[in-house]
Amino acid sequence: MNNQRRNVLKTGTGAAVLGALAAAGIIKPGIALAEWNKAAFEAKSMADTLKALGAAQPTDSKEVQVTGPDIAENGAVVPVGVTSAIPGTTLMAILIEKNPNALAASFTLPAGTEANVQTRVKMGQTSNIYALVKAGDKFFVATKEIKVTLGGCGG
Amino acid sequence: MATKPMRIRASVKDGVTEVKALIAHEMETGQRKDANGAVIPAWFITEITATHNGKVVLSGEFGTAVSKNPYLAFRFKGGAAGDKLAVSWKDNKGESRTDEVAIA
Repeated sequence: MNNQRRNVLKTGTGAAVLGALAAAGIIKPGIALAEWNKAAFEAKSMADTLKALGAAQPTDSKEVQVTGPDIAENGAVVPVGVTSAIPGTTLMAILIEKNPNALAASFTLPAGTEANVQTRVKMGQTSNIYALVKAGDKFFVATKEIKVTLGGCGG
Repeated sequence: MATKPMRIRASVKDGVTEVKALIAHEMETGQRKDANGAVIPAWFITEITATHNGKVVLSGEFGTAVSKNPYLAFRFKGGAAGDKLAVSWKDNKGESRTDEVAIA
């Protein structure tokens, strides 16, 4: 899988290919993600990831919160939480700007589940963490910078 | 390779059930190299689902950036002591596992 991806990216048209995949309907924004969203998870940059998730221009919102430490000593285990006070939140995603692949995890919330999820992620280096939240048809985003003193990728 | 059991704790308070799950999984990123410089292939959980009495209460997708032995905590409305709560995952090698606990 990874080798294929390398080849795709080597051709220098990686972004275009991802875009084509999106256009081909492999990625269906707005539908509950039944299949692993490969394009979103393998997108390199924030912009590509957002596009793959169908959220090209999320709005900044104070009602979305990212929780986590200000400084993480060990980038391999960084506790991160996302909470949303926006009613009707259906999707929450954690994105790490400077990781090799920005998207760390996404969660689909059925009605009745609180928009409050905590998990642990790896961070390669100090980076902004983005919490992307979908409510209705709109996307909202919040950020927090977490400083990492020891990276969790590579090594 | 046999999968290891998860540790799940689910407790209900004031009509809201809090679930905490610790999943045993390597979560190899595919970025690391072994002593010979060969890349260790990625091996990570891609999908995770939590169900309460058979009804999905949370479904998620993980990338390689989720830490080793992933931890997950969330809350949902409803649930009563003794109800069944199950968490299942699937990884990129096609392995899967489901563990079930009774809500306390």
